[in-house]
Amino acid sequence: MLIPFSMKNCFQLLCNCQIPAAGFKKTVKNGLILQSVSNDVYQNLAVEDWIHDHMNLEGKPVLFFWRNSPSVVIGRHQNPWQECNLNLMREEGIKLARRRSGGGTVYHDMGNINLTFFTTKKKYDRMENLKLIVRALNAVQPQLDVQATKRFDLLLDGQFKISGTASKIGRTTAYHHCTLLCSTDGTFLSSLLKSPYQGIRSNATASIPSLVKNLLEKDPTLTCEVLMNAVATEYAAYHQIDNHIHLINPKDETLFPGINSKAKELQTWEWIYGKTPKFSINTSFHVLYEQSHLEIKVFIDIKNGRIEICNIEAPDHWLPLEIRDKLNSSLIGSKFCPTETTMLTNILLRTCPQDHKLNSKWNILCEKIKGIM
Amino acid sequence: MAAVRMLRTWSRNAGKLICVRYFQTCGNVHVLKPNYVCFFGYPSFKYSHPHHFLKTTAALRGQVVQFKLSDIGEGIREVTVKEWYVKEGDTVSQFDSICEVQSDKASVTITSRYDGVIKKLYYNLDDIAYVGKPLVDIETEALKDSEEDVVETPAVSHDEHTHQEIKGRKTLATPAVRRLAMENNIKLSEVVGSGKDGRILKEDILNYLEKQTGAILPPSPKVEIMPPPPKPKDMTVPILVSKPPVFTGKDKTEPIKGFQKAMVKTMSAALKIPHFGYCDEIDLTELVKLREELKPIAFARGIKLSFMPFFLKAASLGLLQFPILNASVDENCQNITYKASHNIGIAMDTEQGLIVPNVKNVQICSIFDIATELNRLQKLGSVGQLGTTDLTGGTFTLSNIGSAIPRFNQKGEVYKAQIMNVSWSADHRVIDGATMSRFSNLWKSYLENPAFMLLDLK
Repeated sequence: MLIPFSMKNCFQLLCNCQIPAAGFKKTVKNGLILQSVSNDVYQNLAVEDWIHDHMNLEGKPVLFFWRNSPSVVIGRHQNPWQECNLNLMREEGIKLARRRSGGGTVYHDMGNINLTFFTTKKKYDRMENLKLIVRALNAVQPQLDVQATKRFDLLLDGQFKISGTASKIGRTTAYHHCTLLCSTDGTFLSSLLKSPYQGIRSNATASIPSLVKNLLEKDPTLTCEVLMNAVATEYAAYHQIDNHIHLINPKDETLFPGINSKAKELQTWEWIYGKTPKFSINTSFHVLYEQSHLEIKVFIDIKNGRIEICNIEAPDHWLPLEIRDKLNSSLIGSKFCPTETTMLTNILLRTCPQDHKLNSKWNILCEKIKGIM
Repeated sequence: MAAVRMLRTWSRNAGKLICVRYFQTCGNVHVLKPNYVCFFGYPSFKYSHPHHFLKTTAALRGQVVQFKLSDIGEGIREVTVKEWYVKEGDTVSQFDSICEVQSDKASVTITSRYDGVIKKLYYNLDDIAYVGKPLVDIETEALKDSEEDVVETPAVSHDEHTHQEIKGRKTLATPAVRRLAMENNIKLSEVVGSGKDGRILKEDILNYLEKQTGAILPPSPKVEIMPPPPKPKDMTVPILVSKPPVFTGKDKTEPIKGFQKAMVKTMSAALKIPHFGYCDEIDLTELVKLREELKPIAFARGIKLSFMPFFLKAASLGLLQFPILNASVDENCQNITYKASHNIGIAMDTEQGLIVPNVKNVQICSIFDIATELNRLQKLGSVGQLGTTDLTGGTFTLSNIGSAIPRFNQKGEVYKAQIMNVSWSADHRVIDGATMSRFSNLWKSYLENPAFMLLDLK
């Protein structure tokens, strides 16, 4: 049941509920089911941050449903260059987000449901949440063979992954979120989550690719709406609360004071790319120039998303040493980003002698380098 | 946490009451020099703290505590350290984030249990850390007064805030908590402390703020259960003078990196060339009318028509009359090259900063061709996908700002005119002021009377 509801009263009731002193014991069950009206991955992640930071979840767990327009979401300690095809994402206008929880990379679109279970740190229990989802699915479709694995995945028919899990644990609160594949574009998913970048050496958390399947393919009655309602019903029954899904707007500052700045932070380059653990690239590419083949070797170390060490080696007869050295030294400190590199190399070109041949070599080299960013 | 107990003894000295602090650790009593004297019954007494107090506070150092990695839940015994938020020597407050660890898809933020200074980190990045084993060493603060705050700020201004006597004692709060209170213009005397000995904690400030703003902030579980300490009967109300906020920011020096470094190089090179500027105002009223007429036709062809195509074409026509403006000199000023192509650049403001893509060969483009090309460049520019060819090879650049202001027409009536300010800058070694102004006037005449463009259109 979806009821647009003024959340102000409801939230204040939950958040400002002060337990009177002198041994009052809470026996009344409480809890909340929310659904976001936004499909913006950054805003929805900001809601998670906000609830995690500001809500008192003692005896009041929260379930949050959200869906995003096409986006790739990497885990807190992952390397986007290693996990997905950034060039393809830029071409197709797919957003990249880094969440605060751990785990691997996922592709979200409107055919994927995200569920977040918020509890106190003490009540954090991922398996319990997954069992709840399985019960909900079986309530709608008793024949469905869905099992939770030890790695907290949900498998359909023992082999297809329909859900992946990640979580965030703070000082007093925690959340466990997971996906639920309903009707996602599987082909697109595969191409986006395949990194074309070679020679990356990194200690970042690596994703484990799995064979996936949509629940809708298995059973056409299992739409996103049906699934969300099923899980909400099971959650309400389990926590003995009203089966009401409250719609919330992640942009509402009166409901969530300070949320817009949380959303903004999630979109900064420093968060998305800058938080990548230190890594290095050791690769080479071949260039065809006037019927001769050249090999250009690249050794780059990147820390906080910026180039720390840069060694691009091109044959001396092709590109003068000073030009090559100028390029290497200028790239140090620069963001490992094609746009910034374009601007940098164009500015540098103006300080080089205006030689048509040199210009074209420079352009070829720079295009190749940007291709690995 | 090591047992740290404070004893206060009283002694009479020359008619005044002096409070001397003793410091007891693990059974040994160290008698230390008093670092302050408090005078009772003088609530408005203002005390000045010169900087030299820093030396004596060093003698009051607290205990070094081993902060162990606490239980994370779900029977997790080991985690990987992924990011440190602090380094050795940093000061932390209770609840500040210390590090981020990961265990089996869970990212965990470890927060400090104590106030103090980080003395040692037990793990490097990507090391495995064990629950129950030491994570960091923290040197906890003794419950000092706020003298050590006086490092950056002039002594006098700190007094009112720090020497507040409630309940006949100093307000107890750590420097971090005092800073938080100061930033929010909160009088410590009005905040009820819920910590030991009525100490004001960070949460007390947050609760106070919540009551003030009515914001939905978390009441900490601790505060919910504990009733506030009772106020004493003989509370002396301090006289607080409001003072201007004190700026304690520090200058930050960092090396110029990457993109900025390259900019410095080219700009310094550019500075060696003598430049001069020339400004003018263009009345766009006629052009606005023309554009209104042509906009729907362009739209029907799938193109957004702005003013830029007209500016570019007019500039190109002008360059045909004054080819020297589309030329470049070599480094030694020996040779001048008159470029055949009019590759006119337009400055674009993007997230990455200012970029200047150019439209190639404007001299052979129609206004519609230019508009199409600009649409393409703008679309690529907005997603950061401009290619090298688009960004190089420019021979001439335009950037503009516009506004609508009142003007008088021939009849002396006031009408709203669209006025645009334009400024040109040229290399004075090759271009003289007269040539520049003639070009600008020609350009201006094309735009103020678009029909003129038709006459010279190539």
